[in-house]
Amino acid sequence: MALVALKNVTKTYPAPEKGGREVVAVDDVTLDIEPGDVYGIIGYSGAGKSTLVRLVNALEPASSGSIEFDGRELTGLPERELRKVRLGIGMIFQQFNLFTSKTVQGNIAYPLKVAGWSKAEIAPRVAELLEFVGLSDKAKSYPEQLSGGQKQRVGIARALATSPRLLLADEATSALDPETTQEVLELLKRVNREFGVTIVVITHEMDVIQSIATKVAVMDGGRVIENGDVFEVFSAPQNTSSQRFVSTVVKGVPSPAELAVLRERHEGRIVTISFRDGDASQAQVFLELARAGLDFELVYGGINDIQGRAFGHLTLAIRGEDAATDAALASIAARVEVTEAA
Amino acid sequence: MDRLFELGSEFWVAAYETLYMVALTLLIGGAIGLLLGVVLYSTRPGSLLPNRAVFNVLNVVINFFRPIPFIIFLAAVQPFARYVIGVGIGNDALVFSLSIAASFAISRIVEQNLITVSPGAIEAARAMGAGPVRILRTVVIPEALGPLILGYTFIVVAIVDMTAMAGFIGGGGLGNFALVYGYRQFEPAITWAALLLIVIFVQALQFFGNWLARKVLRR
Ligand SMILES: Nc1ncnc2c1ncn2[C@@H]1O[C@H](COP(=O)(O)OP(=O)(O)OP(=O)(O)O)[C@@H](O)[C@H]1O
Ligand SMILES: [Mg+2]
Repeated sequence: MALVALKNVTKTYPAPEKGGREVVAVDDVTLDIEPGDVYGIIGYSGAGKSTLVRLVNALEPASSGSIEFDGRELTGLPERELRKVRLGIGMIFQQFNLFTSKTVQGNIAYPLKVAGWSKAEIAPRVAELLEFVGLSDKAKSYPEQLSGGQKQRVGIARALATSPRLLLADEATSALDPETTQEVLELLKRVNREFGVTIVVITHEMDVIQSIATKVAVMDGGRVIENGDVFEVFSAPQNTSSQRFVSTVVKGVPSPAELAVLRERHEGRIVTISFRDGDASQAQVFLELARAGLDFELVYGGINDIQGRAFGHLTLAIRGEDAATDAALASIAARVEVTEAA
Repeated sequence: MDRLFELGSEFWVAAYETLYMVALTLLIGGAIGLLLGVVLYSTRPGSLLPNRAVFNVLNVVINFFRPIPFIIFLAAVQPFARYVIGVGIGNDALVFSLSIAASFAISRIVEQNLITVSPGAIEAARAMGAGPVRILRTVVIPEALGPLILGYTFIVVAIVDMTAMAGFIGGGGLGNFALVYGYRQFEPAITWAALLLIVIFVQALQFFGNWLARKVLRR
């Protein structure tokens, strides 16, 4: 059973000015998040990503549709009940949102106090969490004395304090430099692996999705326009908006501008061959070209590794007799996807 | 100068009366002001306990009373003081009126400082399942504590200022002392002695407030 099940969820906000149109922040979204998933949600600014996750922990009520968490319908629950539900859902934020008036341990203890733990229970739990995020020596520091990466690790410890089954991460690495981003992502992976916490990662950066997500939903204008396995979406994005996101991390078929540059530098026919895990291997393809007596060079593209599965697009400049080239390409096309630049 | 030594004991009584009025007003007005400020902050639309009716009424009442010059307010509230605390004149009557005036002023200062608390911190607390009253108590007020202390320091200086008007309704304090023994009896040394002591009071309060705020802010 899905841990989070959204069915036809819509969220509208009143028009910003009188007489204007209301804002549809989330538009008829249906999405299942299974236990153990690291579910990435990607989209441009204003796509409705934050609104979507804030519906999941009921910080905002949905305008219509159904939201189930752990088999329990959230829409229509009274605020008092929703607070109990939120105890079982952790959240981390782009700006960390730590309490500046509390020490690191005070921050981590906060949700435990809310949950009604006793002092005697809180102390060992806080120590354990600090150990997990590697900040045992910072227990008595204040947030302003920490680096961005350290702050986010405190945020993660705080979000995990009550052992939630679900962790929502809203642009949790967007304020961090690339190296710190990787550290935080590694930590999130451990959270997922070691504690089995299901994670929803919101981002506008495709490489975040590439490094930790198992599934991805692409949002645009409040709608989920494409979703599924990260490998599937990355290797064969169906939608132009998804293709644009994928192209930020994957070199696919060269764009017309890139093609012009390639043509200038290389003679011959420009052909892109798309490999996917399970298709014919590169060796087979290159062997085929060589056997046909064709001269070729690799001019563009690359191979990507997603969740241990490889795919990629290699663009070749092929020189040789037209008939021989056509024959070779036809035989290759039977096994892998071949796109010839016009 | 000789006159000041003659009046020595009265001078210290006046000083004590000023301290008494300031402390009591700060206690009563400070508490009511804090409460009103928190209510203003939290009932505002989009805040933790939005309630348009309460917010609007409180807003209008505070805006109505706050600009009234204290000397007029003092006279206007006098009958009310007699009714509530039994006396319409003297130091206690002044504390009564001043507490009301101060609580309106303080409520605005409190509201303004609470508004500066990062919405992110509040959102985080909400996401952890904390209720609005708990968030006010354990997040909003602690997060704003430094500026709140500075705000109170600012207002306590204004309270010292206003206690100087106690003489108008038969009260004492340093203001009255300066007026009665200094100004009216053409003894500038007396006026200046009262003035100096008030300046020392204010400086001490300001210093203490700044020190406390810095301690809380740890910056
Ligand atoms: N409280 C609100 N009141 C009115 N409109 C809102 C509110 N919150 C969000 N919106 C609107 O809903 C839409 C989606 O916003 P949302 O914050 O969910 O986008 P996002 O995908 O998270 O964007 P970003 O990447 O910039 O964080 C936007 O048009 C935004 O203006
Ligand atoms: Mg957002």
